[in-house]
Amino acid sequence: MIPAAFDYHRPRDMAGVLDILETYGDDARVLAGGHSLIPMMKLRMAEVPHLIDLQDVNGLGGIEIGNGTIVIGAMTTQNEIIQSDALAAAAPIMRETSLQIADPQVRSMGTLGGNVANGDPGNDMPALMQCLNADFTLVSASGERTVAARDYYEGPYMTKRGDDEVLTAVSFAAPEGGHAYVKQKRKIGDYATAAAAVQIVREGDACSRASIAMTNLGDTPILSAGASAALAGTAVGQQDIHAATTAMLGDTEPVEDNRGPVDFKRHVAAVILRRAIELAWSRS
Amino acid sequence: MPKTIKITMTVNDSTAEFEAEPRELLIHSLRNRLDITGPHIGCETSHCGACTVTLDGKSVKSCTVFVGQANGADVRTIEGLGTPDSLHSLQEAFREHHGLQCGYCTPGMIMRAAKLLEEIPNPTEEEVRFGMAGNICRCTGYQNIVKSIMAAARDMNEEGEVAQ
Repeated sequence: MIPAAFDYHRPRDMAGVLDILETYGDDARVLAGGHSLIPMMKLRMAEVPHLIDLQDVNGLGGIEIGNGTIVIGAMTTQNEIIQSDALAAAAPIMRETSLQIADPQVRSMGTLGGNVANGDPGNDMPALMQCLNADFTLVSASGERTVAARDYYEGPYMTKRGDDEVLTAVSFAAPEGGHAYVKQKRKIGDYATAAAAVQIVREGDACSRASIAMTNLGDTPILSAGASAALAGTAVGQQDIHAATTAMLGDTEPVEDNRGPVDFKRHVAAVILRRAIELAWSRS
Repeated sequence: MPKTIKITMTVNDSTAEFEAEPRELLIHSLRNRLDITGPHIGCETSHCGACTVTLDGKSVKSCTVFVGQANGADVRTIEGLGTPDSLHSLQEAFREHHGLQCGYCTPGMIMRAAKLLEEIPNPTEEEVRFGMAGNICRCTGYQNIVKSIMAAARDMNEEGEVAQ
């Protein structure tokens, strides 16, 4: 389980990182916590002639909450997300999701940036970022731009990030209403068979709006506008939830793998989304 | 020859210096270069937790850390926790409560448990099970591991009270 040889770079600032990316192009990759990239390199599914370790680069960590906006640095670990009481108060779905990712040791290394940047359809944070309508900040030698999480993912491990760009931060408006991230997995540490990120806003007895995104049911995270629309204006009764799960299934394209055949995944996805909607609604 | 880099790290309070390819995994450096064979290689795919060590104050699986990443770091392994003459409370509790059978997972279990008890000195059984979820044991059924950790927590808290 040894990866192919690489040159190891550990620059002290972002200028140094961008320099190396410009010199080596797609022969270079940045390393955050390494818990997606290192396993891929060990399996030789990823070959990285130039590995750029970001651990010494300042300004990539930290959780800022202010003016209704939350900004989280890309190098923030899952454990740091879990431990932040301020973040749990402002966006409780973040802690709820991080607690369902991998295991304690992996969460002490794995980062938010690494989780969202790669485009691994099994990762949990991408669907959550779509649910929250987050923006990703991408930095390159030619400047900075933001890409919406809802536009970022193109296919498995294919994203809008250019080879010369580094994803440095995630930002989103503090979510409103009730939340839930519900995940079905075969065992601790596994990727989702299906998972659902749900935010629901209640006005009186009715849902005024909802945001629903699904994990690991297609090539990319899937934002289901149909499922959200099915709940808007309703009292979120069983028929409304059924309409939402039906709409969601129309948006997803699970494939058979060692987590089960397509019919089973569709069944699990509907159950998980129903539970997530009920939980989010009960918290709204 | 592949390129090597100079690595300096603190392992169990001693300085270690060596040349290694950056792709070398921390678990291999510990076991093969430094003869620190407490941390074990179980799955080598960051699932089983047998290779768990403390890296700069964090529980990590040393099969999923390149040695280059650990350059300059402080590493603690089971060898740095207790000695045969003076066992750590967790080691004592694992012995007392049969927290091991074959012993293969034990160094990783105890290193993770030690960090867990720093994070949560008075854990519930559920918190122990959740906090130990990254360590797999194929012998015990976990029952006695949980019992051992709960006992060590009580023991360490009592010692703390006496010390105060």
